[in-house]
Amino acid sequence: MSEDKIKKISIVCSKGSLEGIYPALIMANGARMEGIEASLFFTFFGMDAITKKKMHKIKVATVGNPAMGIPTIIGAIPGMSAMATKMMSKQMDELDIPPIPEFIEMIHDAGGKVFACKASVDMFKLKKEDFCDEVDDILTVGQFYELSAGAQIIFT
Amino acid sequence: MAVKMYSGKEIEVNDEGYFLEPDKWSGEIATEIATEIGIVLTEEHIKVIDFLRNDFKSKGSLPTMRRIKKVGGIQTKDLYRLFPEGPLKKACKIAGLAKPASCI
Repeated sequence: MSEDKIKKISIVCSKGSLEGIYPALIMANGARMEGIEASLFFTFFGMDAITKKKMHKIKVATVGNPAMGIPTIIGAIPGMSAMATKMMSKQMDELDIPPIPEFIEMIHDAGGKVFACKASVDMFKLKKEDFCDEVDDILTVGQFYELSAGAQIIFT
Repeated sequence: MAVKMYSGKEIEVNDEGYFLEPDKWSGEIATEIATEIGIVLTEEHIKVIDFLRNDFKSKGSLPTMRRIKKVGGIQTKDLYRLFPEGPLKKACKIAGLAKPASCI
């Protein structure tokens, strides 16, 4: 292995849709599996992935998502997003990709750190108790950079 | 591809040392590979290795971390404790299996 091997990563997850959250989780988990230190920093709507009331209800965006291949007006029909989410979740389960709450637990058990962004927490008027148990801390941007010293930072 | 000697047997491995001939594996060999990568095998390690080998035998594919937990009953935390810095890869290597190719 070369000396340039990645040793540490920090991933910022800023989106609250299913397709916005999974890449961050897969990359964090994949890093841990390779022995890379990993931290996840959830900000803005990305915090839905670690908020107790919302983490079980994450949906695929069927509107404003041209890659879905369905017209926006169809995507806007009630139930479309739920249906697309159900289909996608089934496919992911077949590949052994866990649902979001289980995935967060898995990453945490793997030694990955989970953080919420202080500015977003204040803005959405949330408290530490609103988050799942895996959340290690609520951090300011400054603290996030501090703990990311020597890491590659990935924004999703 | 390369050939390595384990407990007096010549075994074909890939460039990273993963077995190309899982059938030639034995418990003795597992101990030798583990020593090479700095792991002292215990009952707990052997439980993981047995699950990997049995699951591979019955399914024809390597299990994911999730499957090891759900089907094998081995907690993720324990896997990382037993095989630090790359649990699935290290466990597969010791078990004489291929290099895991899954992202999960």
